[in-house]
Amino acid sequence: MAIISIRDLVVEYDGRRILDGLNLDIEQGETMVLLGGSGSGKSTLLRQIIGLERPRSGTVIVNETDITRCSQSELNHVRRSIGVTFQGGALFNSLTLEDNVALNLREHTELAPSIIDLVVWMLLAAVGLSEFGKLHPQELSGGMKKRAAVARALALDPEILVFDEPSAGLDPVVAAELDELILLLKQVYQMTVIVVTHELTSAFKIADRLAMLYDGAFVAVGTKEEIKNSKDPHVRQFLDRIPSNVAKTTAITSFFERYLEASEVNQ
Amino acid sequence: MATQLERVGRKTLDQLDYLGSLSIQLWVTLRFMGKALPFVGNRSRWKASVGQMLQIGVDALPMVALMAVASGFILAMQGASELRRFGALHYVIDLVAVGFTRELGPLLTAVAVSGRSGSAFAAEVGTMEVTEEIDALRVMAFDPVEFVLAPKYLAALIAVPCLSIICNVCGIVAGGIFMFFSTHLGFLLYLRYVLTSIELRDIISGLIKSIAFATIIAQVGCLEGFRVRGGPDAVGRSTTAAVVKATFLVIIADAVFTAIFYFMRKP
Repeated sequence: MAIISIRDLVVEYDGRRILDGLNLDIEQGETMVLLGGSGSGKSTLLRQIIGLERPRSGTVIVNETDITRCSQSELNHVRRSIGVTFQGGALFNSLTLEDNVALNLREHTELAPSIIDLVVWMLLAAVGLSEFGKLHPQELSGGMKKRAAVARALALDPEILVFDEPSAGLDPVVAAELDELILLLKQVYQMTVIVVTHELTSAFKIADRLAMLYDGAFVAVGTKEEIKNSKDPHVRQFLDRIPSNVAKTTAITSFFERYLEASEVNQ
Repeated sequence: MATQLERVGRKTLDQLDYLGSLSIQLWVTLRFMGKALPFVGNRSRWKASVGQMLQIGVDALPMVALMAVASGFILAMQGASELRRFGALHYVIDLVAVGFTRELGPLLTAVAVSGRSGSAFAAEVGTMEVTEEIDALRVMAFDPVEFVLAPKYLAALIAVPCLSIICNVCGIVAGGIFMFFSTHLGFLLYLRYVLTSIELRDIISGLIKSIAFATIIAQVGCLEGFRVRGGPDAVGRSTTAAVVKATFLVIIADAVFTAIFYFMRKP
């Protein structure tokens, strides 16, 4: 059964169409990777899924609630079932790691402070940061910030965990560690995971299914094998890393020749 | 001609849109104000409010006091140089006392707080927008107005009138020092004259102005922060805009309130 169902989703900014009639079902418990180049609309789609923006038309149904038309309280209820890890972590700089992770528990639950402390410690330990709880986000490396953001996203035991560009800005070793963490979390918590990325290695390592976006539309949706064997030219270009705008050396040479000729005439 | 009209129309609509946004934001803030109050509200919001009060009030105290003392001297000296010609030097006391309680105290405080705290609000909220912290709050089912703005607004509502009273006292004391050195008027006698020249409604009108100025500074500062789109340069622009717009609106509001109190006072 689909936990997220997107139907005929159209998003426009200032009359420019960013997402053009998208349809997608994400099944409960699967890891869906939204793949695509820069400007393909994958982050915009993610913002629609987590209810940060409303579309021009179409529906996004999360846990049987259409978040494009529901009330604010219904949206807040849905949001409590989604944990989000933003690209830069988006940890609150004024709070320590412990307070960042504890925030959701203190505000949205009636748990006793001692229980909250225990849960926070367990979550930080799960992402390998149990010794760094007293530090502020600005005192952490990029990889640590992302892991702390994962701990914060897990605080309310969400059904859906969303990652925006988890590998961006990380070295290959730390990126691989984060991939392992995603796989481990999925195995332990049995949650639905949505990952937005353009890192192919990471995408094929963690995905159950992939959806490839190009120019605001899905060009391929399928399992790892189906995507790898796809004949779609946009998928092939992306997977085979074929550049579309190659610098034209002849044009550059002729430009400099003309420039030199003009300066000789002036002299 | 049509383009000029179009431009004027567009600018007018932009200004109306801005005022509309300010009004809506103020309404939403007032709805959440209860959560920032002590005892009945959320403890962490009240704690944030107290922190903001220290920043807005205590940290600004030396600057506001110095500005008030300097302005008290200036007002007394300028008044004395003219009033001496008519043998009415004692009216300097009325000028300083009434001028500060009704006008200069609230206005000087508002200018100082706008420069210090209005810009700080815009920078803080703007940075939170850029680093996706505001989005993180939304997806964690928090309202950013409740979480970020309400504590700041409550702090401004308390700190600005307090600063304004201190500003009045410093300005009046400066006037007393001037009178002592220029006419050898004893300080206690000076204070007695001050108390006879000002009325309770002068103090109340000054406090009403302070509350209005605090509202403008907090709301404009945070709105500029919430409107940040893009990178760090946008935060810089929002900081400048917050100070300029808040100072401009404070002066306009001052003129409106002065006119209202003037016509209310008229027999």
